[in-house]
Amino acid sequence: MSSVSDTQYFTVGEPIADTKAPDVPINLMWDERRFEAKLVNPTNRRKRSVIIVGTGLAGGSAAATLGEAGYHVKNFCYQDSPRRAHSIAAQGGINAAKNYRNDGDSVHRLFYDTVKGGDYRSRESNVYRLSQVSVEIIDQCVAQGVPFAREYGGLLDNRSFGGVQVSRTFYARGQTGQQLLLGAYQALERQIGAGNVEMYTRHEMLDVVLVEGRARGIVVRDMVSGEIETHMADVVVLGTGGYGNVFFLSTNAMGCNVTATWRAHRKGAYFGNPCYTQIHPTCIPVSGDYQSKLTLMSESLRNDGRIWVPVQAGDDRDPRQIPEAERDYYLERRYPAFGNLVPRDVASRAAKQACDEGRGVGPGGRGVFLDFADAIARLGRKAVEAKYGNLFEMYAQITGEDPYVTPMRIYPAVHYTMGGLWVDYDLESTIPGLFVIGEANFSDHGANRLGASALMQGLSDGYFVLPSTIANYLADAPFEAADSTHPAAVEATDAVRERVQRLLSINGTRTVDSFHKELGHIMWEYCGMERSAEGLTKAIGLIRALREEFWTNVRVTGANEELNQTLERAGRVADFFELGELMCIDALHREESCGGHFRAEHQTPDGEALRDDDNFAYVAAWEFGGDGGGPVLHKEDLVYEAIEMKQRSYK
Amino acid sequence: MNITLRVWRQRNSDDAGGMQTYQVTDVSPDMSFLEMLDVLNENLTIAGEDPIAFDSDCREGICGMCGLVINGLAHGPKERVTTCQLHMRSFSDGDVIDVEPWRAEPFTVIKDLIVDRGAFDRIIQAGGFITAPTGTAPDAHAVPVPKADADAAFDAATCIGCGACVAACPNGSASLFVAAKVTHLGLLPQGQPERHSRALDMVAQADLEGFGGCTQIGECTAACPKGIQIDLISRLNRDVLGALTHRA
Ligand SMILES: Cc1cc2nc3c(=O)[nH]c(=O)nc-3n(C[C@H](O)[C@H](O)[C@H](O)COP(=O)(O)OP(=O)(O)OC[C@H]3O[C@@H](n4cnc5c(N)ncnc54)[C@H](O)[C@@H]3O)c2cc1C
Ligand code: SF4
Ligand code: FES
Repeated sequence: MSSVSDTQYFTVGEPIADTKAPDVPINLMWDERRFEAKLVNPTNRRKRSVIIVGTGLAGGSAAATLGEAGYHVKNFCYQDSPRRAHSIAAQGGINAAKNYRNDGDSVHRLFYDTVKGGDYRSRESNVYRLSQVSVEIIDQCVAQGVPFAREYGGLLDNRSFGGVQVSRTFYARGQTGQQLLLGAYQALERQIGAGNVEMYTRHEMLDVVLVEGRARGIVVRDMVSGEIETHMADVVVLGTGGYGNVFFLSTNAMGCNVTATWRAHRKGAYFGNPCYTQIHPTCIPVSGDYQSKLTLMSESLRNDGRIWVPVQAGDDRDPRQIPEAERDYYLERRYPAFGNLVPRDVASRAAKQACDEGRGVGPGGRGVFLDFADAIARLGRKAVEAKYGNLFEMYAQITGEDPYVTPMRIYPAVHYTMGGLWVDYDLESTIPGLFVIGEANFSDHGANRLGASALMQGLSDGYFVLPSTIANYLADAPFEAADSTHPAAVEATDAVRERVQRLLSINGTRTVDSFHKELGHIMWEYCGMERSAEGLTKAIGLIRALREEFWTNVRVTGANEELNQTLERAGRVADFFELGELMCIDALHREESCGGHFRAEHQTPDGEALRDDDNFAYVAAWEFGGDGGGPVLHKEDLVYEAIEMKQRSYK
Repeated sequence: MNITLRVWRQRNSDDAGGMQTYQVTDVSPDMSFLEMLDVLNENLTIAGEDPIAFDSDCREGICGMCGLVINGLAHGPKERVTTCQLHMRSFSDGDVIDVEPWRAEPFTVIKDLIVDRGAFDRIIQAGGFITAPTGTAPDAHAVPVPKADADAAFDAATCIGCGACVAACPNGSASLFVAAKVTHLGLLPQGQPERHSRALDMVAQADLEGFGGCTQIGECTAACPKGIQIDLISRLNRDVLGALTHRA
């Protein structure tokens, strides 16, 4: 139930629903959808052009697959090579319901775990398909030469990952994302070499072009020459990743941004559940003001590391001097069934609570210990090194401390965004012909994502789902002829130029980063691990004021016609302001706690998240309301037929 | 601590470029090298000067985007780390530090410390892959891979494509980069069918791009943040030789 106070920020529109999932039992849906989907015959594919923005697991795998299928693909990324997309940084692993361990896993169990992990805020049909497709992903990656970890018998190794009780996670030491992405990248380069994919590196998408209501092109800036270009095609796909950098500090790469999806949102694509963000429990704590990003320590560490804080507030002894009896292994104590392996949202909040009680460790008291002493005693240093060597090295490199000797210090940090552009079962947004894949869409993780499921989703979307569903769309082509001289294209391109000029002409006194940091502080403080109506209302006011100051007082040096990193960042931060406001409005309107969204007003007596299924079992799909106008809320009701909704418990 | 930086500034690929000196004060030893540059850039911006352009993205040593020659060493003085993982605790108060871009003919400087490494992508295009069209794969357990091979393939596959090996090599050779990929894929059963053509095609492309030949100096391995071993180059040579005999 929305309170009166928040309606000043938005209006409620018509409900929205997915119309693409066939009306058959859930285990038959994907087969049925593929069967009824129209096909494009191979000779016609060459005449159909596809723009894909992004070369991460989602975009890269999609570009490789569609190129291979014979479509004319143009692929874009902002880095200097498609291999550097942020997916490269994923550490821990990728899930698949292979049941190679014979420990009771199945498609249904992965489906169940994902829906439960998402705190019953995801769409059943999409999640079921994800679980089904997961098994094919591993086959595909192995065939490409992805060097997953293996056992002595030569078979693939598995491990268990936060929030589940089976071992279904495939991994390549602590560099799973790197190896998966290199697999997709190599497949993509093969298609570039074959002339099926045209690659545009160091190109940033700044807008989407709509012709007769369909997405038909994009406006990009060549980041070397500054030239603003228009590219047209039959269909546009966004695989541009998540928006965690709205918090300034996050585990995302420096360039991660919301610009591509936000610009599409402004053109009519609804934004789903923007407030669902994931705060990862095991990151290296902040060390100073100059901090530019945060580093994740893979949660696979929680398989062997034990999390604790001193029992006594303010106990600043060397951790090794603190006797067992004076340590509080709070996760093991509070959640005996899952212990250190509770889902991320639960682990993060528990760490925050411990620190709020004054029991945090390290600089500023914002940290908890992740201790490997027991694991080293039990398994030996060598075994621990074999499993986590590169992570320990990275930790030592950043902090100057040796985690083999003294416990790691960790603290939660923004890591992943479950929210994203709303898509239907076909992964098509509310703009016809605009498909959204990977972290950029909202579709599979509900209010909280389980570990090792983002890589799975990216590759599922890119290798398997999109190639089928996009064919169904393209079968209706050709659409109206439209090249870069089409009035709609010219208008979009002129608007981009104008915006760039506006940023360059302000010539104020504050740097882009100073604004970004301030925005990040506001978001972390009021729209982070714990939110309240009071805090969110305050945040909205602060963001609006800051945005206004930005547009009158930011200093963007240099010109457009050159490589200009300040200009790049300014454009991204400008979009983060608008997104940040929508996130706060979404968080404010959702008068319940679920997954990564924890409202202080809505908790159980023992401090656990309190959902309100009667009033909030829906996806909030927000429509852009115009500059100065409030957004319009469209609700997609979530219906659970295959799984019964329950209060999540990890006790 | 206080540091003096001498930084390569070059407006674009046509500009001649030159070193410029900057003072950075109040540097914390816990800052990364790039965070120190961020702070300098903030100050330059406020002063209305053009900030120094340099590449970075993940800032955790995995994407391969960053790369600076620091005091003559690719990725700086510390072994086995990328520039983004280098921290100021590796330096001392009063140090004078030279900062330059990768220097190699195929890597054109685009601006200041940023170079074009597109040649690496084209080398991969030439053969750095296994042909495995989507949807045609057999079950992942169909072919077991001995753990030792899988581990060795993984070690080679950790190359991040940063280009430090080229920047460090007096011949500007890309052999370590090529050898890493050839070894990764050539050690796996799936990689066998294309093993010979792969080696040959990648080496041919590297030559075409203007990278130099390998004379086993070993600077590449010393600079490589991922510890890719120089003996992989011998393996590359064997594969190339095998390919040539194969063809004859
Ligand atoms: C440190 C870290 C560790 C993680 N570990 C795991 C893990 O172990 N398991 C797991 O399942 N998930 C993990 N995740 C999450 C997972 O890595 C990501 O969700 C996933 O890789 C996203 O893939 P993507 O293809 O959607 O986007 P990305 O990989 O982020 O790719 C985005 C692409 O879009 C391009 N792009 C973006 N904006 C623009 C623009 N405006 N113009 C042009 N191009 C643009 C970029 O250049 C890039 O190519 C981790 C995340 C982080 C941060
Ligand atoms: S071999 Fe080493 S130095 Fe060369 S590109 Fe790969 S990681 Fe960088
Ligand atoms: S910025 Fe990614 S490796 Fe340095």
